[in-house]
Amino acid sequence: MSPAKKAKTNTEDYLRMYRQMVRIRSFEDNANQLYLSAKMPGLTHMYSGEEAVAVGICEALTDSDRITSTHRGHGHCVAKGAEFKEMFCELLGKEEGYCRGKGGSMHIADQSHGNLGANAIVGGSMGIATGSALRAKLQGSDDVTVCFFGDGATAQGLLYEVMNMAALWNLPVIYACENNGYSEYTKTEEIAAGSITARAEAFGIEAHQVDGQDVLAVNDLTQKLVARARKGEGPFFIELMTYRYHGHHVGDINREYYRSKAEEKDWKENRDPITRFRHFLVQEGIASEDEIEAINAEVEKDAADAVEYALAAKYPDVSEVDMHVFAD
Amino acid sequence: MREITLSQAVNEALAEEMRRDPTTFIMGEDVAEAGTPFKVLSGLVEEFGTDRVIDTPIAEPGFMGMAVGAAMTGARPIVDLMFGDFIFLIMDQLCNQAAKTHYMSGGKLNVPLVLRTNLGATRRSAAQHSQSLQALVAHIPGLKVAMPSSAYEAKGLMKTAIRDNNPVVIFEDKLMYQDKAPVPEEEYLIPFGVANVKREGSDITLIATSSMVQVAEKAAEMLAAEGISAEVIDPRTIVPLDEEALLKSVRKTSRAIVIDEGHQSYGVTAEIASRLNEKAFYHLDAPVLRMGAMDVPVPFSPALEDITVPTPEGVAENARKLCAGEMIHAA
Ligand SMILES: Cc1ncc(C[n+]2csc(CCOP(=O)(O)OP(=O)(O)O)c2C)c(N)n1
Ligand SMILES: [Mg+2]
Repeated sequence: MSPAKKAKTNTEDYLRMYRQMVRIRSFEDNANQLYLSAKMPGLTHMYSGEEAVAVGICEALTDSDRITSTHRGHGHCVAKGAEFKEMFCELLGKEEGYCRGKGGSMHIADQSHGNLGANAIVGGSMGIATGSALRAKLQGSDDVTVCFFGDGATAQGLLYEVMNMAALWNLPVIYACENNGYSEYTKTEEIAAGSITARAEAFGIEAHQVDGQDVLAVNDLTQKLVARARKGEGPFFIELMTYRYHGHHVGDINREYYRSKAEEKDWKENRDPITRFRHFLVQEGIASEDEIEAINAEVEKDAADAVEYALAAKYPDVSEVDMHVFAD
Repeated sequence: MREITLSQAVNEALAEEMRRDPTTFIMGEDVAEAGTPFKVLSGLVEEFGTDRVIDTPIAEPGFMGMAVGAAMTGARPIVDLMFGDFIFLIMDQLCNQAAKTHYMSGGKLNVPLVLRTNLGATRRSAAQHSQSLQALVAHIPGLKVAMPSSAYEAKGLMKTAIRDNNPVVIFEDKLMYQDKAPVPEEEYLIPFGVANVKREGSDITLIATSSMVQVAEKAAEMLAAEGISAEVIDPRTIVPLDEEALLKSVRKTSRAIVIDEGHQSYGVTAEIASRLNEKAFYHLDAPVLRMGAMDVPVPFSPALEDITVPTPEGVAENARKLCAGEMIHAA
């Protein structure tokens, strides 16, 4: 692990992980509200339900480690260290957004924390992540890149081209497949033949499947793999079993034709990553119910303040429209 | 006449042609039960079953290539590409394979397939879901390109596309799916390469594609109130292009603006404008003007996105200047 990451007690780590998961949930609840009240332009894809994946993984990384994200990318962005204010500003197309309003929800990037960006092309970031790992190797740094993508994205040929090269050249990249059971309105088993991890294994890439609703399991595994990737033992592949609570996007309200209410209820009530971790923290005496509630309230206030700020913030000046087409 | 939406018109065209020709089938992402995210294909899987309305994984180059192979061996596949922006993923299969096979085989192999996709900005979908890429495919010999401007065109052009023995790309404007237009109950086809004069006029010709036809019609309305008579022409297909109809109009009006939502540089507007310059130069009283989307990736912010595309006000403003002789030496 990089020396930049100072040693911390488990208690601090655990509470930060809890807070980060709550921050993602809170961010998404507010984003959904902005959509429902017609204050947000366009559509967005909620990460709610999948928090333990992004947090478990990103908590094993440093700021100089990089990630690539997806259309469902708010969770990755928050987990990698982004601020609410700049994120909400971006979602609303405001000048102070991470991308000065040019990218929006599906293209949020946060250079300062090593987030190379969300991507609106399914599978579109697989080459980028692997190239980032190639760069680290050529540069002689021990930075690791994590490539987030969904189960649906495993159908893209690009994945197999870059996994081949990553394996040939032992690149420090971790392919993190967020298997939430659906690719838009289609069940994963209808679009993915055979086993997903076996595909990575066919290239000689060590692959793991993990419960994506268990933040500690995700974090433990990722810490080990990141440490090995830093030593040149990569690449690795992780399939994280998870679930999205909302529709494919915020407008996908009537979804009983492709998944049942009972199934949604089961995941929410019995496997929620935040509730599970909260119980663990209280049971182990790491935090009291009051302390947990205080964290929740603090995060909620942060989010509400950031939303209010972003709503009042100004749009970019029209003169910015042809700025940034080319770098100077 | 009854009025139906553009979405219903496409749905009807597909259903009619699939009933007529058992070698037709649809493939694409979420085309069956979901009927596509835009719900254009709703009901088709119920009638034709999952063998002919095939849900694919997210593997655009793969299923596009399979459509080429199926077409070469006697089927008439209709490929559903959810967003026009994904054309970049299938370029090899479309442009190196589908487009060239008939020619390279000395006319022995046919690739009768339809690629249905869309175009259009201002949905706040940002740079990878808002592009209008018709110029890219129109550049490749061997591909026909249709751009319906209303439900009526969408139906008639789709039926012709399915019966054509060549690869045809149809771009629907995703903002127009709920727009209604009169569409006859009886069967009709719209031949390729036949432009439609939407409005007659004598001072200036506005040549517009897809949803830009509405923009041109609104501009013509504004101009009429000021005593400028604008003719609006919709080429309907850009390959083949009804050059004669466009030339005829421009020889009459002696001025023209070409409007298309693709980027302005190296685009559809440039191609049409230069043909008018080459073949109607001595009839022109003003330079032919191009109006395309700004040469920038489509920005997300509403404050920026709206100024990247041609508007009725912008078209009317330019038409006024041309008619007043102000833009003779336009940059
Ligand atoms: C190349 C490409 N094809 C199709 C789409 C449309 N699309 C957006 S998200 C999505 C489903 C992705 O499923 P998955 O990878 O499992 O991610 P999830 O949405 O479940 O997080 C599809 C088909 C796209 N954006 N890009
Ligand atoms: Mg998925």
